[in-house]
Amino acid sequence: MNVLTLIENWEGQFKKTSLETLSYGKNLADKIGAKLIAITYSGENPEKLAQYGADKIINISNGSFESITNHTIADNCIELIKEYEANYLIISNTNLGKAIGPLISNDESIGYISNAIEKPINLKPLTVKCKAFSGKAYATYQSNYEKNIISIVPNSIGEITNNSSTGEVINIEKTINEKIQIITRNKSNEKISLSDAEIVVSAGRGLKSADNWDMIEELANTLGAGTACSKPVSDMGWRPHSEHVGQTGLAINPDLYIAIGISGAIQHLAGVNSSKNIVVINTDPEAPFFKSADYGIVGDAFEVVPKLITALKNYKN
Amino acid sequence: MNILVCISSVPDTTSPINFIDDNKKFDNKNITFIINPYDEFCLTKAIFIKESVGATITVIHVGDNTNDPVLRKALAIGADKAIRVNQPARNSKIVANCIADYCQNNSFDVIFCGKESIDYNSGQVPGFLASKLNLPFINGCINLEIEGQSATLKREIDNGHEICKCSLPLIVAGQKGLVEEKDLRIPSMRGIMTARTKPLDVIESQIDNENLIQVIQYDKPLARSECKMISEDNVEQLVELLNQEAKII
Repeated sequence: MNVLTLIENWEGQFKKTSLETLSYGKNLADKIGAKLIAITYSGENPEKLAQYGADKIINISNGSFESITNHTIADNCIELIKEYEANYLIISNTNLGKAIGPLISNDESIGYISNAIEKPINLKPLTVKCKAFSGKAYATYQSNYEKNIISIVPNSIGEITNNSSTGEVINIEKTINEKIQIITRNKSNEKISLSDAEIVVSAGRGLKSADNWDMIEELANTLGAGTACSKPVSDMGWRPHSEHVGQTGLAINPDLYIAIGISGAIQHLAGVNSSKNIVVINTDPEAPFFKSADYGIVGDAFEVVPKLITALKNYKN
Repeated sequence: MNILVCISSVPDTTSPINFIDDNKKFDNKNITFIINPYDEFCLTKAIFIKESVGATITVIHVGDNTNDPVLRKALAIGADKAIRVNQPARNSKIVANCIADYCQNNSFDVIFCGKESIDYNSGQVPGFLASKLNLPFINGCINLEIEGQSATLKREIDNGHEICKCSLPLIVAGQKGLVEEKDLRIPSMRGIMTARTKPLDVIESQIDNENLIQVIQYDKPLARSECKMISEDNVEQLVELLNQEAKII
């Protein structure tokens, strides 16, 4: 019996959310007395994955996440599940993970549970609590399939370094048979991936103009945070679409979400309501966001944010 | 050109989310159901394609007759015909199997699904469809140009974008960007009148519907405790609280 995990990487770095899936897989493998096998493509220093519990690392060296399609990854995973007689495949709830889950699960013997936010409640049958209703509820799924794929919401589990594993690296080549031709792939300029970020600093129309974002970026840098924005600000082109969090934008799951000059419409909340802590800074004491916040400051962002940056810098020293 | 747009019926964004029957069922009393917002982008895109190169647009939904209004709305927006597979949509695989079954007997050049439905957020149906029908699957689609028997597509991938090319038929999971929000088509008076004459066919599911994955329980997140207000003159207090109480920095 084996537990497989798919470890995504991009430009030489293993994704933080994939290291979380490795920890999830390790916990599961230990519970059922199985080996944990990590699958990656052209990973740099694949032996590093042993620190997180991988007993074996299958490094597919003739492809990379920068160059292959979801179909190839899914097909390769199907073969490896059979070859290693795996009962579980743990993947990240990234765009990639959510696309390959159903592609792999087409096999009638493999079930797929997505949006998992915690370790399984039960294994026989597999029972996992998942995010639902755009973060307004949890749905606990039960699967009666013999084998299962679980995809985990980033930043729900946290990565755990555990150096008790052998981490044998096996380099292989796999068939690549693309139906879809990739013309270009471009990484966006964001320094910190919003879906992985533990801290996110976000701002909205209260900032009044696209020119006023320097202090937001400085605050983000001070905290090592990602930057996000509300929908109106993204629609007006003040910030890139990739920063838009909300119902029709990205759903994020940080430990801390700081919302500056954002009123807190329901559609915005749908993207950020699972944040563990929410700080709201707004001039309007009636702003609905305060009802969903843990900490709030009523004040002018142009005064409060610089003070916050200073306070944080002082605190560091 | 034949286009299929898969439609989900979901609670409106502002609906309260509550559960009944010992938290095993969603309480849909007094809930307004709408076309899943991501599906609307796909439907408008299909209409753009129809207006540009000509197409017949079929919308399909898996569910019971309480969702017929949502199908009628799709017809009023501009679809040519509607199909409802009369089968409770117990999980994504069942929905996909029903739609795939319909597709086996009706060929489509492009099959659109919304990226995910805003109720279950699973986003699994298009992938299952692609697998079942052995068709290329392009998810996160934010642009699509058809050129004869192939298409050039733009995708939003994790942390970036991709441009890819693929021959038809194919399956697209679409989202905002496929069309701009301001260009979303809404039912016109004329649309509503003509929708009454367009076919809404109900078909029974022909397949053995496995029910191996199900929701056994719903919960709501614990309400956050009341917001701690901090004076704008004492921002240092926020930093202290984030460190000591929330333990984040």
